[in-house]
Amino acid sequence: MSFDWLPHYAPLLLQGLICTVKLLLFAGVLGFAAAVLVGLGRVSRRRWLSQACLAFTSVIRGTPLLVQIFLIYYGLGSVFAGWPAIRHGFLWPYLREGFWYMVIALSISTAGYEGEVIRAALLSVPRGELEAGQAFGLHGWSLLRRIWLPRALLAITPTLAGETVLMLKSTALASTITVIDLLGAANEVRAETYRVYEPLLFVAAGYIVLTLCIERVFRIFERHAARAFRH
Amino acid sequence: MLRFFHYLGFGADTWSYQFLLGALTTLEISAGAFTVGLLIGGCVAAVKLHGARWAVRLANGYSTLCRAVPELLLIIILFYAGQSALNDLLASLGFNDEDIGISGFAAAIIVLGLVQGAYASEIIRGAVLAIPRGQIEAAHAFGLSGVTLFRRIILPCVLPYAIGGLANLWMSILKDSALISVVGYNELLSTARQAAGSTKMYFSFFLFTGAIYYCITLASNAAVQRIERRIRRWMPRLA
Repeated sequence: MSFDWLPHYAPLLLQGLICTVKLLLFAGVLGFAAAVLVGLGRVSRRRWLSQACLAFTSVIRGTPLLVQIFLIYYGLGSVFAGWPAIRHGFLWPYLREGFWYMVIALSISTAGYEGEVIRAALLSVPRGELEAGQAFGLHGWSLLRRIWLPRALLAITPTLAGETVLMLKSTALASTITVIDLLGAANEVRAETYRVYEPLLFVAAGYIVLTLCIERVFRIFERHAARAFRH
Repeated sequence: MLRFFHYLGFGADTWSYQFLLGALTTLEISAGAFTVGLLIGGCVAAVKLHGARWAVRLANGYSTLCRAVPELLLIIILFYAGQSALNDLLASLGFNDEDIGISGFAAAIIVLGLVQGAYASEIIRGAVLAIPRGQIEAAHAFGLSGVTLFRRIILPCVLPYAIGGLANLWMSILKDSALISVVGYNELLSTARQAAGSTKMYFSFFLFTGAIYYCITLASNAAVQRIERRIRRWMPRLA
């Protein structure tokens, strides 16, 4: 085992690391926003809406992420490519890249998994607190923003940290659709140097460090959020 | 669209048989990996509960590692490492190259089982910790020990606590088995990739593949509910 190739490929690996972090951030924010909507849809009193959201989470959680990624990247990609208006449109440079397909696929998947978590959290907020909010004159959106969501989300911060770690692990699938993320960079090093294990073990360590970072960030956030909520 | 249904019909240039074969392989790999995962998880859980301190540390390291590193990366590492180790082993035993090609299936099962064994060990450990100590002491007082104690007391006590986690484990193994297609083993998703690539009907074939996986998941869900009802039959009803 030797790591003498490392200095030469360090820029590539760094680029891969940045790509993985970007995937995580984009899909994390988009997916979380969608998950809140899905969670709210799941607890909605309108039957068609809650049923539609249930069908969505069930399908997303019942099929492999890799199939979803292929369906979006190869499937939608080939549909787009055969559509002249899109092919010659201004969005095409983005639609050709695997990166954005991966962001979309990851966001959808996260919306499915986290949506169920948020649903449970929304249901776990005691009714009395919502009624107290109403007694203070809060309704609809302001009740949701001031009481319901903060209470629900604070309760599941540890779960969200776990979901984010799972999402980090899912970003590695980007390497299967030609995105040069951390694993993609390792695969490239592997192909060029004919070393099988060293690049893979090196990026495995990278993923562990990223996992520790995610847990640290969430712990800091949790402490701040808890302090803000005490007033 | 019509062309797509033609490809799923019967005949020389259709894909229906390959898809059936692929789905069966996926089920076989998943079932094998589930068994291996349970065996590994059981052993690791036993170590975590009763092992020496260095062994506990090792077991915790294993589950931390498997939960922090992407499954795909672990599968690639273990697949190549496992296959070259198997090759070396078989070569040192005097087999020639042709015999070694069959190890892809075994490698897929072992790799998936190793990755999921970490989760299994946590599920089993949690379930064992959930049974009151007095139950086992009472069994001792009645003169039960060894296999009888395990079969009559510990297993029925542990299973209701473990079944939810184990059902989740089965689902994630089923979904993670799709990752095996990346290292080139021929299961459902690799079949879909070949079919989609050769017919250029990417959207239809991947949608179809997703539908097959979803049907397997739904069937598993129904089966889990029946098993769960049977396992929980001695427990007091909730509400």
